[in-house]
Amino acid sequence: MNMGRAHWLYLAPALLLLGVFLVYPSAETIRLSFFGPRSETFVGVQNYVRAFTSRPMLIAFRNNLLWLGVFTLFTVGMGLVLAVLLDRVRYEAVIKSVIFLPMAISYVAAGVIWRFVYAFRPAVAPQIGLLNAIVVGLGGQPVGWLIERPWVNNIALIVVGVWVWTGFCMVIISAAYKGIPREMQEAARIDGANEWQVFRHVTIPFLKSTLAVVTTTMIVFVLKVFDIVYMMTNGAYDTDVIANRMYNEMFQFSNYGMASAIAVILFLAIIPFLVINVRRFRVQEAVR
Amino acid sequence: MTKRVLVGLLLAGLVAGLAQGAVTIMVLWSGDELAAFQKVVDAFQAKTGITVRVESVGRDLPTILATRVAAGNPPDLAGMPNPGQMAEFVARGAVIPIGGIVDLGQFPKAFVDLATVDGKVYGIFISADLKSLVWYNPDALYAEGVAPATSWNELVYITQQLAGRGKTPWAVGLESGAASGWAGTDWIEDIMLRTAGPDLYDQWVAHEIPWTHPAVKRAFELFGSIVRNDAYVYGGTTGVLSINFGDSPAILWDPVPGAYLHRQATFIKSFIAGAHPQLVLDRDVGFFVFPPIDPQWGTPLLGAGDLISAFRDTPDVRAFLQYLASAEAQAIWCGALGKLATNVNVDPGIYPDRLTAQAAEILKGAEIFRFDASDLMPAAVGSGAFWKGVLDYVSGVPLDQVLQEIEAAAQAAY
Amino acid sequence: MKRKLLLKRLPVHLIVIALAVVWLAPSLGLLVSSFRPRQDLLSSGWWTAVITPSQWSRFTTANYRDVLTQQGMGRAFLNSFLITVPTTLITLTIAALAAYALAWMNFRGRQLLLMTVIGLIVIPLQMTLIPVLRMFNAFRLSGTFPGIWLAHAGYGLPLMIYLLRNFFGALPRELFESAFIDGATPFRAFVRLVLPLSVPVLASAAIFQFLWVWNDLLVALVYLGGFEEVAPLTLRLSLLVGSRGQDWHLLTAAAFVSMIVPMIVFLSLQRYFVRGILAGAIKG
Repeated sequence: MNMGRAHWLYLAPALLLLGVFLVYPSAETIRLSFFGPRSETFVGVQNYVRAFTSRPMLIAFRNNLLWLGVFTLFTVGMGLVLAVLLDRVRYEAVIKSVIFLPMAISYVAAGVIWRFVYAFRPAVAPQIGLLNAIVVGLGGQPVGWLIERPWVNNIALIVVGVWVWTGFCMVIISAAYKGIPREMQEAARIDGANEWQVFRHVTIPFLKSTLAVVTTTMIVFVLKVFDIVYMMTNGAYDTDVIANRMYNEMFQFSNYGMASAIAVILFLAIIPFLVINVRRFRVQEAVR
Repeated sequence: MTKRVLVGLLLAGLVAGLAQGAVTIMVLWSGDELAAFQKVVDAFQAKTGITVRVESVGRDLPTILATRVAAGNPPDLAGMPNPGQMAEFVARGAVIPIGGIVDLGQFPKAFVDLATVDGKVYGIFISADLKSLVWYNPDALYAEGVAPATSWNELVYITQQLAGRGKTPWAVGLESGAASGWAGTDWIEDIMLRTAGPDLYDQWVAHEIPWTHPAVKRAFELFGSIVRNDAYVYGGTTGVLSINFGDSPAILWDPVPGAYLHRQATFIKSFIAGAHPQLVLDRDVGFFVFPPIDPQWGTPLLGAGDLISAFRDTPDVRAFLQYLASAEAQAIWCGALGKLATNVNVDPGIYPDRLTAQAAEILKGAEIFRFDASDLMPAAVGSGAFWKGVLDYVSGVPLDQVLQEIEAAAQAAY
Repeated sequence: MKRKLLLKRLPVHLIVIALAVVWLAPSLGLLVSSFRPRQDLLSSGWWTAVITPSQWSRFTTANYRDVLTQQGMGRAFLNSFLITVPTTLITLTIAALAAYALAWMNFRGRQLLLMTVIGLIVIPLQMTLIPVLRMFNAFRLSGTFPGIWLAHAGYGLPLMIYLLRNFFGALPRELFESAFIDGATPFRAFVRLVLPLSVPVLASAAIFQFLWVWNDLLVALVYLGGFEEVAPLTLRLSLLVGSRGQDWHLLTAAAFVSMIVPMIVFLSLQRYFVRGILAGAIKG
C-alpha cells in the first residue's frame, strides 16, 4: 500500500534505540571475538576454533539441540492445546492465570520452587522433594534428578523451562485464537465437520502465522537459554548450554574474546530461522 | 491524571543519580554483614566527617563489578570476589597500589603476600575465615565412644568404625547453586597441603605442576576414599552432590544424628544455628582441626578472607582504606559477625563466642597458612574447571579424565 | 441434551484441570513453604504440613514479616514502578509505530529491515552491557531512570515489533482501503483502526514487557546501580538470601511479594483477551 515516505518517521525511534542498544554492541562483539581475553592482542580465529573443538562447548551444542527439540515442541504444543481448549470452558480465566503464573516469577524464585520438586534426600530420611516423595511412595529409590546424566538432568532442566514458557505461548496463541471469526468454525460444523476437522482445516490455517511467530520466538529463547541452567547446575554434569558458557567466559572468567566468539556463533545460528520467517511474511503479504 | 503520573515519574527519574562527592564502596554483603559494615562506615564518618556510601549488589557482584570496571566507571572501592579476580583487575590496570597508603606492618606477612601482584600490594584483608575445621556434635560423638581425631589414620579409623556400626560418619554437601563444587575443592586443598606440603601447593596454584601430577592425583584420591564411599557419606554420592553445603551439617544435631562429622569453614556456624535455633553454640557445637596426614608437613591451615581494593586514589579513599585496615575497624566488623580479624593488634576479647575465639587462636598460631587455592587460580580454573571437576569425580567420572579436563582448561587460562 | 454436551466436554475438562494441577503443584509448594519456619523446610516435605492437622499450628508469617520489614522495601517498590511503567509505555509506543510501518508501508529494504529486527532478538543482552555502559558514562545517563528506560526499551523492541508486526500484517487490506476512501491519513488509520483492533495483542505484549522488566535484576544493577534510592525490588529480594545463600528460605515469601504486581497486571489486562474484536470490525 502506498503511504508516502512517512515510514521513516514511524521507524526512526525504533531504529535509533535498536542501533544504540543492540547493533552497535554487536559490532563491538564481532570485533572483540578476534581478540584475546583482555581484548589487547589479535588472535585471529583462535577463539572460534576453541569454541568448536573444546569438549565443554561440544556438550553445550548437544544440549542446545536437545532443548531446541523438546522445549520448543512442548511449549508451543501445550500453548496451542491450552489456547484452544480453554476457549470452551467457563473457568478459562482461572486456568489461564495458573498457567501464566510461572512467567510472573523471577528466575531466582523459580530456582527455589524447583528445589522443592527435585530435592534429594537419602531413602532413610523423609523426602522433602515432591518428585522423590512420589517415587519413594511408589516403592522406588530416590533419584538425583539434576545429577544423573545425560538425559535425566537435562530433561529436568528443560521441564523447568517448559513450565515457565508455556504461559507465554498460551497467551499469544490465545490472543490470535480469539481473533478467529466464530462464524467460520460454525460454518464448518454445520457442514458436518467434526472437532478435529475444524481444528485441522479452520483453526490451524488461521493460526499459522502466529504459531510461526511463537515457534521462532521459542527457538530464539532456546539459543539464549541461560538463567535456568546457570541457577540450577551452572552446567555441571554435562548440562551446560551455549549461552551459559558465554556468560561464564564473560563475567566469571574475564575472557572477553571467547565470550564474544560464542555470542557471534549464536547470531549465526539464528540466520536459517530468519530466512524462513521472511519467506512466510512474503506469503502473508501476497494473500491478504 | 495519567499525564501527572508521567511528569512525576520523569521528575523522579531526573532526581536520581545525584548525591555525588561521597566515597563509594561496592560490596556483596546483606543482612547482618551489611549492618556490621555500616557500623564500621558510621564510625569512620563520625571520626572524619567523610561520607561513605555503601552499594550492596548481592551475589551478582563479580558480574556487576567486572562490567563497571571494563566500562570505566568502577566504584571508589570494592570488596573483591577473591584474590584471583583482584589480580585480573590489576592486569587491566584498574586497581591502585596501596603500599604507601596503609601501614602493612599491622598484618601477618601471609595476608600481605596474598594481596601482592608483581611486588606491589593492591588490597587489604579486613577479616578471615578458617577453613581447616571438622565440626561435630559433642554429645553424639561421645555417645559413640569416639574422640576427635589427631591424625589422618585416626580419622579414617573413626570413619570405618562408625560405618561398621551401620552409622553414617560424614555429612558432605557440595551443592551451591551456580557455585556448586567449591566445598569439594576445599577438601582437596586441605589434603594437598598435608600430603604435598606448602611449596608444591604454591606450584600447583601457579600451574607450575600440571593437574595430572601424582601429588594432585593423590589428593583427589584421598578425598575420594571418603566421599566416593557410599557407606561413609550421608545420602551416598548422590546425596553429596545434591545436598546444599549450608543444609548439610544440620543432620549432625538431629535427634537421631544423620552423621557425625562435617568439614567446613568457620562461617558454617551461622548455618548450624539457623537450622537448629535451640542450640547453645559453645556447649552443643565443637570442632577440631583437620588432622595432619604426612607428618613432615604438620598441620597447615587453609583459609580465605574478605579483600578490599580501591579503584580511585583520592585523599578520602586513602583515609577510608587506612581506617578499614585499623584494629578499631576490625574490632567492630569481626566483633559483630564472629569473623576472624587479620590485624594483629585486635584484642581477642572482641569475639562473640568461645568457638570463634578458639578459631582465631588457632589461626594466629598457624605455622603454615595457605589461602584457598581455587580463589587464587584464574577463574576459568579456580571457579570453573576445578569446581566442575570435583563434581564430575564424585559423580563417578574416572579421575584421569577429570584431571585431564582441568589441565586443558588450565593450559588455556594461565 | 445438556447432559450429552457435558459428557462430550468431559475430556476437555479433565485435560485442562490435570494440566492446571501439574502447573500449580510447584507454586503451591512455594506458597505453603513460605509459611513454614526454616528448620521445617529442611526436615519434611511441604505437603506433610498441609495434610497433618497437628502441624498446622507451626505455620507462621515470620518469613513475610522479615521480607516486608526489610529496610528500604517501600522505596524499592516505588523504584520498580519508576523503572517498569515508563519502560512499558515507551517500548509499546515505539514498537507499534515501527511494526505499522513494517507491515503496511512500501519501501525499499523493508524485508531486510524486518529480518534484521527479528535477528536482533537473539543478541544476548549480557554482551551489550559494557559498550552501552561506556556510552552511558559519556552521556551521563548511568545511574538515571531515563537511561534504564531507554535500555530496557532497546532490549525489548525486537520481540515486541515482531509480535505486533505479525498481528498488524494479518489485518485485512479492505479495512485500510475503505478508511482511505473516507479520507483518512495513515496516522489516523493507525490510531483509529489498527490500535483498537489490536487490543489483545497489545495487552499481551504489555504484560510480557512489564513482567520482564519487573523481574530484571542484572540490567538495573549495571545501569542504575545498587544504591537504595534507585535499586528495584529484585535487588532487595536477592539481598535477602545473604552473601552465602544462607537465608534462601526467605525467598519463598519474597517470591510471592514480587509476584503480586505482575499478577495484578495480568488479571486486569485479561479482560482484553476477548473474542471477536476483529470479526465485529469487518462486519461493521
